[in-house]
Amino acid sequence: MVANNVGSLKAKLVLQDGTIFHGKSFGADRSVPGEVVFNTGMVGYPESLTDPSYKGQILVLTYPLIGNYGIPKSGKDEHGIPLNFESEKIQAEGLVVADYSFDYSHYTAAKSLAEWLKEEGKPAIFGIDTRQLTKKLREKGVMLGKIVIGDSDVEFNDPNLRNLSAEVCTNRKITYNQSGKPRIVLIDCGVKLNIIRSLISRGCCVIRVPWDYDFLADKKLDFDGIVVSNGPGDPKMCTTTIKNVAAAMKKEIPTFGICLGNQILALAAGGDTYKLKYGHRSQNQPCINTETKRCYITTQNHGFAVNMKTMPEGWEELFVNANDGTNEGLRHKNKPFMSCQAHPEASPGPLDIGFLFDDFMKVIK
Amino acid sequence: MNKPKKVLVLGSGAISIGQAGEFDFSGSQCLKSLREEGIETVLVNPNIATIQTDQKMVDRVYFLPVNAYFVEKVIAKEKPDGILLGFGGQTALNCGVALHDKGVLEKYNVKVLGTPIEAIKATEDRELFAKAVEAAGLKTPKSFAVTTANDALIAADKIKYPVMIRAAYALGGLGSGVCRSSDELGEMARQALANAPQILVEEYLEHWKEIEYEVVRDKFDNCITVCNMENFDPMGIHTGESIVVAPSQTLTNHEYHRLREIAIKLIRHLGIVGECNIQFALDQNSDEYRIIEVNARLSRSSALASKATGYPLAFVAAKLALGYSLIEIKNSITQTTIACFEPALDYIVVKIPRWDLKKFRNVSRRIGSSMKSVGEVMAIGRTFEEAIQKAVRMLDIGAEGLVCNDFSYDIEEELTNPTDERLFAVVAAMKKGYTTEDIHKRTGIDKWFLYKILNIIQTEKELIAAAAENKELEPQLLKKAKQLGYSDKQIAIITKTTANEVRQLRKKHGIIPFVKQIDTLAAEYPAKTNYLYLTYNGSEDDIKFTSSSKKIIVLGSGVYRIGSSVEFDWCCVNAVFTLRQLGYEAVMVNYNPETVSTDYDVCDKLYFDEISSETVADIYEKEKPEGVILAMGGQIPNNIATKLTELGVKVLGTTTASIDQAEDRQKFSQLLDKLDVDQPEWEELTSVWEAKKFAAAAGYPVLVRPSYVLSGAAMSIAFADADLEQYLEKASKVSQEYPVVISKFITNSKEVEIDAVASNGKILIEAITEHVENAGVHSGDATMVFPPKKLYVETTRRISEIAAKIAAALKITGPFNIQFLAKENDVKVIECNLRASRSFPFVSKVSRKNFAEIATKAILGLNVGGLKIDAADGISYVGVKSPQFSFTRLKGADPLTTVEMASTGEVACLGATTYDAFLKAIMAAGFKLPEKNILLSIGGDEAKVKFTPYAKKLSALGFNLFATEHTELFLKKNDIPATMLHKVSEEKSPNILEYLTGSKPFYEKGLSKNEGERLHLVINIPAAFTKKELDDEYVIRRTAADYGIPLITNLQLARLFAEAITAVKTDELEVKAWDEYS
Repeated sequence: MVANNVGSLKAKLVLQDGTIFHGKSFGADRSVPGEVVFNTGMVGYPESLTDPSYKGQILVLTYPLIGNYGIPKSGKDEHGIPLNFESEKIQAEGLVVADYSFDYSHYTAAKSLAEWLKEEGKPAIFGIDTRQLTKKLREKGVMLGKIVIGDSDVEFNDPNLRNLSAEVCTNRKITYNQSGKPRIVLIDCGVKLNIIRSLISRGCCVIRVPWDYDFLADKKLDFDGIVVSNGPGDPKMCTTTIKNVAAAMKKEIPTFGICLGNQILALAAGGDTYKLKYGHRSQNQPCINTETKRCYITTQNHGFAVNMKTMPEGWEELFVNANDGTNEGLRHKNKPFMSCQAHPEASPGPLDIGFLFDDFMKVIK
Repeated sequence: MNKPKKVLVLGSGAISIGQAGEFDFSGSQCLKSLREEGIETVLVNPNIATIQTDQKMVDRVYFLPVNAYFVEKVIAKEKPDGILLGFGGQTALNCGVALHDKGVLEKYNVKVLGTPIEAIKATEDRELFAKAVEAAGLKTPKSFAVTTANDALIAADKIKYPVMIRAAYALGGLGSGVCRSSDELGEMARQALANAPQILVEEYLEHWKEIEYEVVRDKFDNCITVCNMENFDPMGIHTGESIVVAPSQTLTNHEYHRLREIAIKLIRHLGIVGECNIQFALDQNSDEYRIIEVNARLSRSSALASKATGYPLAFVAAKLALGYSLIEIKNSITQTTIACFEPALDYIVVKIPRWDLKKFRNVSRRIGSSMKSVGEVMAIGRTFEEAIQKAVRMLDIGAEGLVCNDFSYDIEEELTNPTDERLFAVVAAMKKGYTTEDIHKRTGIDKWFLYKILNIIQTEKELIAAAAENKELEPQLLKKAKQLGYSDKQIAIITKTTANEVRQLRKKHGIIPFVKQIDTLAAEYPAKTNYLYLTYNGSEDDIKFTSSSKKIIVLGSGVYRIGSSVEFDWCCVNAVFTLRQLGYEAVMVNYNPETVSTDYDVCDKLYFDEISSETVADIYEKEKPEGVILAMGGQIPNNIATKLTELGVKVLGTTTASIDQAEDRQKFSQLLDKLDVDQPEWEELTSVWEAKKFAAAAGYPVLVRPSYVLSGAAMSIAFADADLEQYLEKASKVSQEYPVVISKFITNSKEVEIDAVASNGKILIEAITEHVENAGVHSGDATMVFPPKKLYVETTRRISEIAAKIAAALKITGPFNIQFLAKENDVKVIECNLRASRSFPFVSKVSRKNFAEIATKAILGLNVGGLKIDAADGISYVGVKSPQFSFTRLKGADPLTTVEMASTGEVACLGATTYDAFLKAIMAAGFKLPEKNILLSIGGDEAKVKFTPYAKKLSALGFNLFATEHTELFLKKNDIPATMLHKVSEEKSPNILEYLTGSKPFYEKGLSKNEGERLHLVINIPAAFTKKELDDEYVIRRTAADYGIPLITNLQLARLFAEAITAVKTDELEVKAWDEYS
């Protein structure tokens, strides 16, 4: 049996600069605005779509053949963490691909990508020259856009003006692996679930708190270290988080920042961040450890970066991006603070820097 | 960094099944990489048709066999301080291990650069490998390494049938296979052990997915995977025999990165430095995996991965071997990013192997765990459908794509026991109503691929329905078809119109392909890349075009197959070099991932796409060049000459009308008559009755040959009416559009060729070569001597004269080749090709006069001027070119040379004498000089008489002669002692079979090994052209091939061999570099 695209609704992607890409719909019958970003990873669309860092964004996949292995079934592991995905739902506002595979094949697949998108109310387009689109975004920088299905138009909307972390993070404190050690406070600015899994697999008890939770004020909270998670948008929107982390730093509590967390650490230490022209969104970013000169292939998903020149005395660069020289991580010379811009939890992507979780465990001890 | 000053690189020798042009590509990149560092390079490689053996690539070349004996001599002479073993395939790797084990490398203080010998051994020795994998905490299939057939049977009982056997130290899975019973295993194990010291009996992972990763590691432990690939055909079919896609299509993120992580873990554990390939089996229904093997060298897969991603693996591997870190090397495509990254593709690549099994009598067409394919194609697209349909056409097997072919199959048989035509059988099955589930169950092919194929078939239905309405095609449907890889011709066939009308229609609707770049980073960074492909799945060109009179398109040679291989790539690359030297922008079109011409830094622009009239015209219309050169790429570009002209493409050099006049046997023969040039009596065939009448009048034997073919496809000698009927049918199938010609076959005639270049009908340079074998052996299978040593002056004078006449008559501008029969001083023309020929690199290198360069200049209309040059002038040495056969791999094929070409490659060596060069050349083609025992089986009295003095020579040299009944009698009469061996069918001892196999023959059950005498050489001269070789003789030849025993089947060759081995002793063979011959 072959489903085919006969009868797919006409759809278009409209960019802020007026460019229109015509294609066909394979997701929900709903028009949405967002910031248009591209990712060059060749696998992992279920993981990417559920990554909270894509909140507010329309995701363009440069790999043209998408949907091949369907979508795995949902379920929860022994700690109550959803299996197979990076959050409980699709976070990206919409999806743009070149060639959608209406038929999928994989033993773990429970449904097609199209079915899933429709269930979650997310629009998607195929039949677009995604390379042309990517080149435009590369040359002009990320821009606002909208997916328009049929005739129902919407207004452009800049997600970076909102505090996206607040929109995607947990709204209550959740403790995983209660008996675990060390005890980690995980500041959820839009955390990918594999960060939690990675910590639990190293024996940690993970206390996941909302982005603005004042964990120092919570006297009942007993913990050994802090992880500042990844998340969407501009780090400067997370003012409360920055303030809380700065306070924790004064107490020299071991802290590990990941992605947005790297930027928040920098801001909390008094440094500055800036917006990249089109960000790093891929699974093949080489990062060099400035000390060992060892190079790692990493997953990245960020639009902002730390300006190393603004970092105060005592901070040094842990990793640098081998392609464009941007900051990829920080370390304090004599205090227990470390961070990385790439994703040690991968998912999707290579597992090269998973050891950073181990390094943080050593920092705590 | 302590860089070596002088490095020895080992090449891979002749092209054979399992080891093809990819090693010219990797070796050339390696040499470029070393030269950039100012390192002096020395290369040993007898493959004279390669680019890597050109003066401009390397400081010193030895055209010598790549074996420990000769390489040791080169080392002693050259005293290099480093050696590279990873760029010449299995041949170089094995040679390197042998040099190490013999203590040669230590003795001369030569450092192995890159992956250390210990790591190589850990990947090559199956038992060591399994241990290493286990030590790294990873999984391999259950397996046992054994050295006897008996132990193999014991191991199989533990694993349970079916089991898989594999030979250690073997290229292309030689001696591998699936055994479902103890009988099968016993026989296969014995054969494999005859070629390898050890075999592995292992768990058979039926229908698991087969996945490969190309891994790069530097000595600082930075480690990346440059590309992963997924086989369309599941486990059980060798990856070289499989359709392969890159990147993987059906793997989830978890699977992709888990296997990547495992690959990196193992490669670090093994300590590889440079490049390697790792193969996995992955269960389709669980998370189970097995590591199948690691190739600690550049491989066919790495060449494919380089072309698929744009990442120059061999170039980088050479730098890493010198001690560089991955972060110190630039990404040569972007020039701004570094080599330590993993390419992101935004297209899909499909590779399909090309088989030539139809050329062999008796061969089994089943494909499986050992390689039989002789070449491969790679297609790039932005849908799977687009890429696979392109790839199918690129195979040049007469298929228009996945559909619109006139093939028929035993579907059930093809699905369960795949042959080279399995892909088409899958299509046929779908059309018959098999569901994807049905096909998946039988073949193990992942359903995702099947759904995509079904999509192509459904679109065909839509086209049929639309055509039935008798209206012009809707643009949407036309565009959809193009996006799914339909050619104009396919659409024309379905809608019952012409390709040209489809072309006009789609152009009217603006449906044209767009040019996309391959940039390694999916457009994330701006790239300077000139590596391009066409797609209908896009809406803009990545590049801007500027029309220029200083821009020329060169058409490549396409897929390698028997008769067209690396020699045409050499011509193309030299044409491109010449163009660039002259300030032209050279645009290359080719789709063969095994070539140097598709290395994007060779040309100014590379279109990795089809060489069809449609695609070339599309490129031409965008690029607007001065013209197209098609004379360098051999038969594929020549075949589209007329159509290109019709589409308005300007073909440079000899006119297409002249090409047609030479290719069309009928027209060409008429021309010869007009020029008063002698040719064998001929007639164009109109009916079988006419043919028989001709044969009766001229007398048998007669030669049947179609027009416009390569390597004598479907060319046959008929000895009787019955043969004639059979051959005519075959010939008319091969070339339906062009006439079939029948001619008188002249026996006992010498064959001579001329390679030449002309300008406006005037010859600029020529080289005459003689064949050792008499006419009746295809020129591609013949042993060639240049300059000729045994031709009468009058013969060469006449040949020159005829060539001049033909060149003038056809107004040839560019390269050409004419073949002649010479008997006494009588010279007859048999064919003429108005293009570069297979022997161009040979004569160019022996004479040091570059025919390809001269031809390119002539085509450009440059004044190459002056008097005609005879390339043989002033040469005091001789070059001998020998064919390389791959019969061992082609189960069942009769290893006999005939008018249809069978060799897969060639080598050439230089020497002071023909004998010296000849012995080195046959050794370079894998011929082991006999130790002691030679079997003579000479058919017919004439041959027996002619061979007697040579048998005497062999006897005098101390060889033990064995002979079949009649030959033995004849020898005895001539006082030559020989032991008589019974024919196989006589089932009596002493029997030929036991001396061939070294085991008790089949009629005495059991597997115990006969430790007695083995034959070291078989000379079997079949009775002169009798209709059917006796079954007994076939068994002798075939068994010799199966057991790796050298075989000579031609009288002239056998005589030369006896003379040579008498005249020169092995340790007297010259070890001289190319530049030392002057």
